[in-house]
Amino acid sequence: MSWRVWVPLLLFSGFLGLAAYQLTQPKDDFVQSAMVGEELPYFDLPPATQGAQGAASADFRDGTPRLLNIWASWCLPCIAEAPQLEALKQQGVEIVGIAIRDRPEDVAQFLAENGNPYARIGRDDLSEVQLAIGSSGVPETFVIDGKGVIRYQHIGDIRENDVPKLLAELEAAR
Amino acid sequence: MIMRLLLSLAAFVLAVPLAAQDSMPPAPYAYRQLDDPAQEAAAQDLMETLRCLKCQSQSIADSDAPMAGDLRHQVRIRIAAGEEPEAIRQWLMQRYGDYVSYKPEVSASTWPLFAIPLLLVLVAGGILVGRLRRRA
Repeated sequence: MSWRVWVPLLLFSGFLGLAAYQLTQPKDDFVQSAMVGEELPYFDLPPATQGAQGAASADFRDGTPRLLNIWASWCLPCIAEAPQLEALKQQGVEIVGIAIRDRPEDVAQFLAENGNPYARIGRDDLSEVQLAIGSSGVPETFVIDGKGVIRYQHIGDIRENDVPKLLAELEAAR
Repeated sequence: MIMRLLLSLAAFVLAVPLAAQDSMPPAPYAYRQLDDPAQEAAAQDLMETLRCLKCQSQSIADSDAPMAGDLRHQVRIRIAAGEEPEAIRQWLMQRYGDYVSYKPEVSASTWPLFAIPLLLVLVAGGILVGRLRRRA
């Protein structure tokens, strides 16, 4: 019997091994935005609640890097990240918020309960800006450099140990 | 028996979705068809090949997620404005990469999927021809 009869079995076991290995690997469910490195698309949103300023892509072109935070009052992880946004604001970071599919009164209540770290909050009722920048959920946070170019995307709520990374990305965008 | 049925019915009615969702009305064209049947058909064809970003393994035509509704709205108003379906797909792929499209495309990362079956058929054909020759 030639050794060659074993080749198919070896190939098959190799395939099984590969499949078994891939099954044990953690699956990344996040959809990365392909807009990182691209210019922020044009938008000009009205304020999300009374007393807030609206948000426009033109606000990001004055040379200062900023955070663009995609959030909503109905989003539970957004409550969890509120203290981290406050900490970033304390460090002198300007945060522009965009409220997705949100009511002005709900936005006001969220800010009253969880604090308001935002310099501006735009109102995006049809997720238009969210779709235009390649964001697929709330919350997500983008680092935008002073020329209006998207430099970094953070998916999900900002945890305490994400703050240094965001500060470093803001510094790198300077 | 009837009591049990009633209880399970009550459980259905009272069930609260786990994921938080907004209370805003759906986008104007999330559930409304375009007036022009040809345009609506083009929009429908495209929506069936665009993947919902929130709910994996569903197209935006199949999903009731608010974000899928907002995407359907985008697709319909863009088709109504005269944009080509493939241009809309490209617009989305520029934002979400291959993930958002259900239409298979040959790219730097997907070419083996197309090349390997061809290669296997060639190898099998080669073996077959070799054996038939030996027999003859």
